[in-house]
Amino acid sequence: MIEEKFDAIVIGAGMSGNAAAYTMASRGMKVLQLERGEYPGSKNVQGAIMYADMLEKIIPDFREDAPLERHAVEQRFWMMDDTSHTGMHYRSDDFNEAMPNRYTIIRAQFDKWFSRKVREAGATVLCETTVTELAHDTKGKVIGVRTDRAGDVIFADVVVLAEGVNGLLGTRAGLREMPKPETVALAVKEMHFLPEEVIGERFGLKGNEGCVIEAAGTISRGMTGLAFLYTNRESISLGIGCLVSDFASTTESPYALLDAFKRHPSVRPLIAGSEVKEYTAHLIPEGGYKAIPQLFGDGWVVVGDAAQLNNAVHREGSNLAMTSGRIAGEAIFQINSRGDPMTKENLALYKTMLDNSFVVKDLMKYKDMPVLLHTHSRHFFMTYPQLMSLAAQNFMRVDGTPKIEKEKATTAAFIKARSRWGLVSDAVRLAFAWR
Amino acid sequence: MHIVICIKQVPDSAQIRVHPVTNTIMRQGVPTIINPYDLFALEEALRLRDAHGGEVTVLTMGPPMAEDALRKALTYGADRAVLLTDRYFAGSDTLATSFALSQAITKVGETFGTPDIVFTGKQTIDGDTAQVGPGIAKRLDLLQLTYVAKIASIDLDVREITVERRSEGGMQMLKSRLPCLITMLEGTNEIRRGSLDDALRAARSQIVKWSAADAGIEDLAKCGLRGSPTVVKRVFAPTARAEKAAQIDTTDKTLRDLADELIAAILTRQPALEHELAFDGAA
Repeated sequence: MIEEKFDAIVIGAGMSGNAAAYTMASRGMKVLQLERGEYPGSKNVQGAIMYADMLEKIIPDFREDAPLERHAVEQRFWMMDDTSHTGMHYRSDDFNEAMPNRYTIIRAQFDKWFSRKVREAGATVLCETTVTELAHDTKGKVIGVRTDRAGDVIFADVVVLAEGVNGLLGTRAGLREMPKPETVALAVKEMHFLPEEVIGERFGLKGNEGCVIEAAGTISRGMTGLAFLYTNRESISLGIGCLVSDFASTTESPYALLDAFKRHPSVRPLIAGSEVKEYTAHLIPEGGYKAIPQLFGDGWVVVGDAAQLNNAVHREGSNLAMTSGRIAGEAIFQINSRGDPMTKENLALYKTMLDNSFVVKDLMKYKDMPVLLHTHSRHFFMTYPQLMSLAAQNFMRVDGTPKIEKEKATTAAFIKARSRWGLVSDAVRLAFAWR
Repeated sequence: MHIVICIKQVPDSAQIRVHPVTNTIMRQGVPTIINPYDLFALEEALRLRDAHGGEVTVLTMGPPMAEDALRKALTYGADRAVLLTDRYFAGSDTLATSFALSQAITKVGETFGTPDIVFTGKQTIDGDTAQVGPGIAKRLDLLQLTYVAKIASIDLDVREITVERRSEGGMQMLKSRLPCLITMLEGTNEIRRGSLDDALRAARSQIVKWSAADAGIEDLAKCGLRGSPTVVKRVFAPTARAEKAAQIDTTDKTLRDLADELIAAILTRQPALEHELAFDGAA
């Protein structure tokens, strides 16, 4: 029987859970964090790119000892058809700054580091412990948790649900609905190991410089999806993700898509000779602003992926997770230090603070984007990439055809594929969703 | 009753590989675990404590990171953990290890109560020698019960223990006086899932850390590389043998024909056998 009571219990040791636990523990609160994995990070999957600003707001001097792979100096966006890619590359020496803006990381290592910081801040971290149930009082207020270990309820003033995208606990407790197939993507990822200097040569990188490639097009076979390739120090992370509802309706398999992406003539030479050491899969919340559930209640708040806080357009997830965890921690600390109870009314402070942050503002900006890309996925992921490739090839190929005819052919192909009206309406829709 | 159990943090040998060029063991990124054999010993120790009262002290010698293994042992329900860690212990073979551990066990006895039983696993999965347990018993002058499959009974009043010991060709039932040292076989039990209380206590408790001096070890020449006569001459990865299975056509053949053909096929691949079999036959 555990007699004691914690100020807060955090469920999950991913980005949002660690941010929340660290924020509260470092301010002197008595925090218990529960993680089902063998160690923090053992269950966590991400591409992964980590944005410095959001972590700086939690651990300002993280660069001193955090396991960072490479800082990105080059970003490539590719529109791919089956044999080509049309790309936009941006590379700048400005990214070689003293405090770079974003890094590739390996979550298994990064999360171990983050968790050590949480423990050093004074939180108690229990791994291999799964929370099975939220405990309520007679009025329905959350007062603690039950775990899969023998023992009674562990009590706390407030429970922070940082349980990840599946959110089994919260959905079981009726706090929110199960994520819908059309609002989550399934991404699969492989880690390809190569010597550091080979990666440097292939991507033109020196030292800790890194390159990030993001690609869309026929590789997702008409589904709403995105592929990526990130350089780590001695490995390349690459993967592809598409909406679960699309996988269901097309019966495409994720590993087949990943296989095709790896075999694509633009990708194959980049990973040639590498050794695959890891295959992982993960769900990503893609519903955007409209999918955000109730974020707080009597005795509880929800943060990170569990709250569907993910910006699909900018491929940002972990920084929204970290920020929501930090803001939840700050809100709870404010209420705690006033000596107020963790009621629904008081915890509304978390939502107010989150609404004023970039997290909700960004998601609000793109609130129509997920639906647009989903309902018109074939055009955006099959038709346009192919058309762009055709246009580029028409432009490059010199074969004696008069230029005016080439341009006409390109224009005709666009109109044939989408009609004049279709092209205009696609452009307008995209502009409005982006606005 | 006070039980001391010695555990070792080892690389997960299922995930370890030998570098093809340098022939060194590639430890980088290989997760560490508690030596699996030690978990059977730990569970047996915890069961004895639960049934008869007392305390279980877990002891390990290793680098500072071995603290993880001890914390895990506490999560399973051990009462106390002691980490013997000092640069003087680096490079210990089984002789030096059993020396250091036996000294530490003496110190554990002085500090927390004389142990009635010292447990170790049968062997570790990284060294596979099965020498450390008996080495400790010899140095501490403890009766030793090795390869124990099961503890049949224990009588703390008359200070006797009865165990089942696996030996070649059968099972021995052995009775011994306490104190004694037991090396535990695999597969005799299953490590428990610690309770919430145990897990919380483990997450918060301070691991006792002893240097050689703390453990009362004066003769440093018997520790670490200096105290280790074992010399590793060469480390190599055995080459995998790829041999194709031979198929014998069975149509229209008598059993005798088939047997002859089979033996002939074996002998062509292992000619040495012919001589040995003939020798056997003659004798």
